[in-house]
Amino acid sequence: MPSPKRITAMASKELFHILRDPRTLAIIILMPVLQLIIFGYAMNLEIRRVPLLIDDQARNASSERLINAFSHTPYFQIVPANQRRLEPEELFKERRAQATLCIPVDFGSASQVLLLKIDASDPNSAQLIQSYAQGIIASGFPASLDLRPFILYNPDLKSSFFFVPGLVAMILVMICALLTSISISREKELGTLEQILVSPVSAMEILLGKVLPYIFLGLADALLILGVGMLLFQVPFRGDFLVFLGFTFLYVLCSLCLGLLVSTLAKTQQAAMMMALGITLLPTLLLSGYLFPIPSMPWLLQKLTYIIPARYYLQIIRGIMLKGNSISELYQAGISLGLMSIVMLIVAVKRFKLRLS
Amino acid sequence: MIETINLNRKFGSFTAVDNLNLKIDKAEIFGFLGANGAGKTTTLRMLCGLLTPSSGTITVNGLNVVKNPEAVKRSLGYMSQKFSLYGDLRGIENLQFYTGIYGISWTAAKTNIKSLISQFDLDKYLKLKTSELPMGYKQRLSLVCALVHNPPLVFLDEPTSGVDPKARREFWQVINELAYSGKTVIVSTHFMDEAEYCNRVLIMQAGREEVCGNPLQLKQSHRVATMQQLFLKIAGADNAQS
Repeated sequence: MPSPKRITAMASKELFHILRDPRTLAIIILMPVLQLIIFGYAMNLEIRRVPLLIDDQARNASSERLINAFSHTPYFQIVPANQRRLEPEELFKERRAQATLCIPVDFGSASQVLLLKIDASDPNSAQLIQSYAQGIIASGFPASLDLRPFILYNPDLKSSFFFVPGLVAMILVMICALLTSISISREKELGTLEQILVSPVSAMEILLGKVLPYIFLGLADALLILGVGMLLFQVPFRGDFLVFLGFTFLYVLCSLCLGLLVSTLAKTQQAAMMMALGITLLPTLLLSGYLFPIPSMPWLLQKLTYIIPARYYLQIIRGIMLKGNSISELYQAGISLGLMSIVMLIVAVKRFKLRLS
Repeated sequence: MIETINLNRKFGSFTAVDNLNLKIDKAEIFGFLGANGAGKTTTLRMLCGLLTPSSGTITVNGLNVVKNPEAVKRSLGYMSQKFSLYGDLRGIENLQFYTGIYGISWTAAKTNIKSLISQFDLDKYLKLKTSELPMGYKQRLSLVCALVHNPPLVFLDEPTSGVDPKARREFWQVINELAYSGKTVIVSTHFMDEAEYCNRVLIMQAGREEVCGNPLQLKQSHRVATMQQLFLKIAGADNAQS
């Protein structure tokens, strides 16, 4: 059984290191703020296979022709409608559709108006969806047809709504993995680990003691980025703060366990740093759905996104901040993060050597 | 107290410790002597469970070190050759940290080390950051850290390297007192004069035992005046053979 006394001893020692090392403090405080400011420009990216739900109330030749036009492009993938009629809001919150097209009963005869609702919690995608839809309508339908887009969650399509949550996800995983892996490999390098290993302390106690102070720092960092983001870029926060804190705790834990895993592989601080940045920075940027929508990736990369913690957290943080999601819509992503943490912690404890080699 | 049977340790094709058979008694000061790379540190590390032997067995107090690492670790204090306290922590914080990872209370630890701290004149240094201490005091603090849990068995790996002669004398006085109070002290050194303070010494060369015994008896049987001469005689003989 891990002893609380020994874990506390490890954790409080670790806290002294952090508070007395100006470089660590700089990484924790300055890096997120700088990144947030530097990332202040918009990104434009192409997307494909947007899940689209068509609510066809007309069911006539004109509406069929319209549906055909939408289903024969690579841009949209028609989501099969359920028996139960779902409100767009619900579909968006559950991420089953990213846009809905409503065809009114009298379409083709009296009315020429269509309603396109778009989930703009990712504003770049929303903008593209809008222009794709208008493109389809413009080619092959009479000009009198009037498509009226209705953009949800981010009506002004502000790019800050997009990059602030993404940056929280990226900076957290980077900092947490970096700091834990460095703090363990530093002890290997300096030889101080040897003095710990002659004591009866177990691998689990060492690793838990190392992780504990960083959980609080990670959460504090999340709040810092969020606060600066809301202050500088007017990002909304529509969900419940405690739900956010709970899920962020899981994400921080997962990122720290990733750092522990790295530290069992790296022998020096430098190696740990390269490895921690290598497995967090680019994969999070490219494979989490932050910059590139996951549905438009090739099959293999899509599968690969399942092992990227930020993939789940991005769903969570966009959901809470922009859509006001609650636990019931996010618990699956939370469970994934929790399971990943447990698996990585177990592997790290098994791999952590209590002997020198 | 400690017994090894056919103890071996290889690093790749290099044999660091070659077939060592030891018996160390309770309350004995046992010294490992030898040049750098003779295998002293490797042996000490194996005895306290930091390194796994390539072959052979080690028992401490009847317990197999490889099979019962936790129980054995509880009963030993270890001071590494390289200074390995935390430089950014104050002296007192280092002491409290080691107290914590041995799972004992600070009150108990204080009674264990109180007299040692005053004897070492460490009181006024405990508030300073460890990196700011003079070398001699760093070593003293390391020794105190190794003794917070009052272990019956103490391993000191070259504790006096880089320490001035006066401080070395004081250090050995403390080692003597530890043995007198019933602790077994295992110490490695390359200062031959320090060997005189040991009850028994083992001179190692290239991982092997060259001679082992009481310093006085060894000097008599090899007809030399000092341990220095004995060491050179053995080293010379070995060089001549190879």
